[in-house]
Amino acid sequence: MGRIKTYFSTMDRTSRDDFITYGGLLVVFIVMQGLLSAGMLSNQMRGLLVPLCVYAIMAIALNLVVGTLGELSIGHAGFMCVGAFSSAFFSKINPDMPDLPRFIIAIIIGGVVAGIFGFLIGIPVLRLNGDYLAIVTLAFGEIIKNIINALYVGVDEKGYHFSLSSVNDMGMDPLNGNIIINGPQGVTGTPRSATFAISMVVLFISLIVILNLTHSRDGRAIMAVRDNYIAAESVGINITRYKLTAFTISAVISGFAGALYAHNLATLVATPARFGYNMSIMFLVFVVLGGIGSTRGAIVASVVLTLIPELLRPIQSYRMLIYAIVLIVIMLVNWSPKSRAFMETHSLKRFLFKKGGKEDK
Amino acid sequence: MKNAKRLLALAAAGLMAVGMLAGCGGSSSSGASAEGASSDELVWVIGCSGPLTGDAAAYGNDVVHGAELAAKEINEAGGINGYQIKYIYGDDEHDTEKAINAYNTMKDDGMQIFLGCTTTAPTVAVAAETLNDNMFQLTPSGSALDCIANDNCFAVCFNDPQQGAKSAEYISTHFPDAVIATIYDSSTAYSAGIEATFEAEAANLGLKVVSTEAFTGDTKTDLSAQIQKAKDAGADLVFLPIYYDTAATILTQANNMGYAPAFFGCDGMDGILGVENFDTSLAEGLMLLTPFAADATDDLTVNFVKNFQEAYGKIPNQFGADAYDGMYAIKAALEDAKITPEASVSDICEALKTSMFNITIEGLTGTVTWKADAENLGEPDKTPKAVRIENGAYVSIED
Amino acid sequence: MVSFFTNLINGLSLGSIYAIIAIGYTMVYGIAKMLNFAHGDIIMVGAFIAYTVISTFKLPVWLGIVAAVIVCTCLGVAIEKIAYKPLRKASSPLAVLITAIGVSYFLQNSALLIFGSDPKMFSSVVPFGNLTIGPLQIPGTTIVSIVVSLVLVGALQLFINKTKPGQAMLACAQDRDAASLMGISVNGTITLTFAIGSAMAAIAGVLLCSAYPTLSPTTGAMPGIKAFVAAVFGGIGSIPGAMIGGLLLGIIEILSRSYISSQLSDAIVFSVLILVLLVRPTGIMGKVIQEKV
Repeated sequence: MGRIKTYFSTMDRTSRDDFITYGGLLVVFIVMQGLLSAGMLSNQMRGLLVPLCVYAIMAIALNLVVGTLGELSIGHAGFMCVGAFSSAFFSKINPDMPDLPRFIIAIIIGGVVAGIFGFLIGIPVLRLNGDYLAIVTLAFGEIIKNIINALYVGVDEKGYHFSLSSVNDMGMDPLNGNIIINGPQGVTGTPRSATFAISMVVLFISLIVILNLTHSRDGRAIMAVRDNYIAAESVGINITRYKLTAFTISAVISGFAGALYAHNLATLVATPARFGYNMSIMFLVFVVLGGIGSTRGAIVASVVLTLIPELLRPIQSYRMLIYAIVLIVIMLVNWSPKSRAFMETHSLKRFLFKKGGKEDK
Repeated sequence: MKNAKRLLALAAAGLMAVGMLAGCGGSSSSGASAEGASSDELVWVIGCSGPLTGDAAAYGNDVVHGAELAAKEINEAGGINGYQIKYIYGDDEHDTEKAINAYNTMKDDGMQIFLGCTTTAPTVAVAAETLNDNMFQLTPSGSALDCIANDNCFAVCFNDPQQGAKSAEYISTHFPDAVIATIYDSSTAYSAGIEATFEAEAANLGLKVVSTEAFTGDTKTDLSAQIQKAKDAGADLVFLPIYYDTAATILTQANNMGYAPAFFGCDGMDGILGVENFDTSLAEGLMLLTPFAADATDDLTVNFVKNFQEAYGKIPNQFGADAYDGMYAIKAALEDAKITPEASVSDICEALKTSMFNITIEGLTGTVTWKADAENLGEPDKTPKAVRIENGAYVSIED
Repeated sequence: MVSFFTNLINGLSLGSIYAIIAIGYTMVYGIAKMLNFAHGDIIMVGAFIAYTVISTFKLPVWLGIVAAVIVCTCLGVAIEKIAYKPLRKASSPLAVLITAIGVSYFLQNSALLIFGSDPKMFSSVVPFGNLTIGPLQIPGTTIVSIVVSLVLVGALQLFINKTKPGQAMLACAQDRDAASLMGISVNGTITLTFAIGSAMAAIAGVLLCSAYPTLSPTTGAMPGIKAFVAAVFGGIGSIPGAMIGGLLLGIIEILSRSYISSQLSDAIVFSVLILVLLVRPTGIMGKVIQEKV
């Protein structure tokens, strides 16, 4: 025990930080999985486990772009949407495959397709800065949603049929055809393969990828681009390359999240509220509330903000109003310089140990 | 920063704990009511869901209120098989994931029968859950065929293909020479579903459709381009398989553009006369297929509309009527099955699955029975009435 | 040909509404340096106030507009004071963006509780109907919106360039710290910006609903986003740019709906936006600021 403690205290700060993140997540996983197996979770909680993982994955994916790379993206729901639809498409056309391998391949496909989109979108977009980049990502997210909403894909013995306007336009055999993506009705009957355990595994993998990237040489280069791109460029860092790397990896991970999302529900639709800019903004809220750049913070914030409206269900119609107020208040408390200063001087630690208010940095 | 993060983590842990406790509390309280079975505490827990916030809130609120009104009436009249209804409802925000959350929460509150959802995609998503739980599901207004694909799912409203086909049929018998334009909402399953069958059926019947234009939930503010296209194509009948709120916009904009074709709508059009401050003279001559008319003069409708208005301050539309009928259908089926709330969720479902085919409802949306043949399992058997709006009221134009 | 011009006019109608919203958006952005996501919802509040006064209480139209302007101005100032000001010096500019989103949710859901979820039909406040030129008809609301947006652009340009508070705004937009060293009250100036921006939102709300009459708690959301796009299109921060961006956006939207695809019109509009930004990264009228080491 003592040795562990010594080891822990000799770890450098980032390793210790990561250790807490992984360890905390592992403990949460074990506890929740235990409760789940013992049947001690409420139905509501049980239903929320996979979505919570999905949102946590989205939060850390976006955090890579917003926090580590320092670029504002409000189109990440678009990547999630692409991942969701491509993976659902794969699962639908392979109904006879065994569940687990199919799901694993579907997740990979979701990630790869979203990654390709991220790469292609990233090339032009990352030339822009600041709010202009934000608006272009928003535009891409809306374009993806709009096209998927108008996309019809069906299959019959003559092969695949596509249309961007209506079912009848596909020219499918009306009797033997099988419609896979049905415009606004989306994909129905996706196998519900997503379990809490698999979602947690995907979350862990995403976390390992992101944390390793941030601590690597590449990651430092990415942060150098964020902090001062002119200086970074002057020391020979290829800005476009690093921006694109971070953006693409983030898109891939969003695609994973999309695949999990698609396989958690029996029907997948891209309504204006789902996969539109509203959802992208929600992910941004997770990142900002989590402290911008803090992976652990992003995960925690995604969990908190997903749970609040669910736990407010008993107050029915006032639910979303209270949620809005809570969001504003949390933002003010967490971010305003005044309340920051107040918390520094009145911190629990200082109260307990009577030390100076300085953090152990 | 650190403190802030810690606070957040603390909040997360707290919320999780509250969530679990609430869950346990919920299940224990429902456990308590089950234990108190011997006393008169035993109730039917019937849950309903729909979008109560967000863009589609108008539909969900009507459904939730319609069902609530029926539950209240039934309770006042002595309940079902001698047991009162405990009516609960949840907000699904017209979203599949939130619909499942709402459903699960109601399950924690001891829900035994599910009357929902309001909109199509959430209904399909929840149908997978009810199948798993073997819970009886009756959707008041989920209209795609996928909604009732499982044998534990029934619907009160017509399905989309039925409406599309019926509209095409009606137009071909009454206006065989009409030059038709369609404007539909390509971002809702309801509208796209009707449009798809209408288009196919119209081609079969040899109707002359000259323009088919779509809009989406994001572009429904302005429909001038779509109306202009219909006008340019020389359409004299515009088919609007959309909900009344956007239809009101179309009627207003068409009027501003000096375009006055005949308009034809489906059941979603009902409610247009109730839109606050809508110039109903614009709807003059509008035809629609609807099972419900808020200005009908039979006692049932008159009372329903009066009570609804008293309780919720608005005139109900077909959403509320479908939900109201749905609640009475559950009552009739439970009475037919002669079971009590002591039965398990699964037993209630099994009993209702057979009883639904035995009942006939004299409801707001007409005389309804449910089809038992494999092809149409769970569909309501009722006929939509074709009505025309004259002097601000529905007039039947059925032969 | 006639139908093309009719479509152009329809585009102009939509564009003039976008323009009027975008002007308020861009002004707040230029001076307070924040994307006020709640702007669209202030528009909705303005429309509801005018609706209540005009249609529910049956009071004269001008009173409805005045009431909407007063309520929105107070609301804008209150929102700024409560939700944005404490975060002005926060370590990340994103903090205030998120609060703005919170405010947007708050306004939408308050309106839902107060006015109900059912859509209401707004009666046009424009007293005259269509203007007929040959076979073409120009809706009265379009004429009014274009005139109003021109007047607003002119008045704002005059105000900013010729008056003391306007100059103070310009100074704050360029360098807040330097402005405060020159004795300009930065807080006061930003409050004034929000007051003017919100008053314009009220007018935009009344005109939006006069042209497109369906009024519900989410009415402002999509036009708000579109107007934001228009503002970026024209070069965010530039007031004439916002007007041009708005008009262009409306025309592109209607023409793509008429001649390409009504289903994919949003995709087309956003694609055009992306193309414009790739060619001119700061929008049509935006200033290119070279970043120095």
